[in-house]
Amino acid sequence: MDALDGNSIAGTLAAVFDTEMTTATGTCANCGSSGLVGEFAVYLRAPGIVARCRICNNVLMVFVDVRGMMCVDLAGLRDLRTAST
Amino acid sequence: MADDGYQAQRSYSIASSPEDDNVVLTVERLDDGEVSPYLVDELRIGDELELRGPVGGYFVWEHSLGGPLLLVGGGSGVAPLRSMLRHHRALDSSVPTRLLYSTRSFRDMIYREELMQTGADAVIDIRFSLTREQPEGWDGYSRRIDREMLAEVAWPASERPLVYVCGPTGFAETAANAPVALGHEPDRIRTERFGPSGG
Repeated sequence: MDALDGNSIAGTLAAVFDTEMTTATGTCANCGSSGLVGEFAVYLRAPGIVARCRICNNVLMVFVDVRGMMCVDLAGLRDLRTAST
Repeated sequence: MADDGYQAQRSYSIASSPEDDNVVLTVERLDDGEVSPYLVDELRIGDELELRGPVGGYFVWEHSLGGPLLLVGGGSGVAPLRSMLRHHRALDSSVPTRLLYSTRSFRDMIYREELMQTGADAVIDIRFSLTREQPEGWDGYSRRIDREMLAEVAWPASERPLVYVCGPTGFAETAANAPVALGHEPDRIRTERFGPSGG
């Protein structure tokens, strides 16, 4: 399955973080590379939503809706910073 | 939400500019889609939809970002690029802008008349490619977007154009990788992909 990108989960991210996240910068806990969330490789039917590092394919973020409760796993990120503007 | 309580959510790019009176979404009907056939065939004036947004600040061009501005669209991926072009024109911007728009056929071109008119603007240059079927006398490109085409249409890497690529996943990978291979800085290239998984 072809990966989409972080743009496709802008709405989910905004609902979870309550702020604009596609311009946030995330650092991969595996390879240390940094990228904008909008550029993460995103799989919508994983099941749940999975965002992976474009460099090393490490799983960065997982979002699973369990009966209306959004479960969020960010263990694949060393760092996540929203844009300063 | 349907009468029986069923809900479905999808994300769509906004095709209008901030200056437009109405929010315009472009929906491409996918035969095996769940939501797009409903929106295209069934939705009637007076029906209620719930909209959330706008969200996503990544695939956005603001005038302060400058240019030159290179927009590369495939199929319905022209939607957010049309928004940028309308914003550009509403501001009477002097930022040199080029759009390269690829569709299967002349009939498949979305916003065709408007884009052709926009291309008459002195600072906006619009090129088309029809990949499967071309009308008689067609003088645009007739193939899928490739590195050679982007080398012809894009400014040299030394001019540091801002590049926005929007299209189906395969198209977007090709159209975003080609400028990198031509020496453009990856962080000047922004990509928005959509997939057949959307529907």
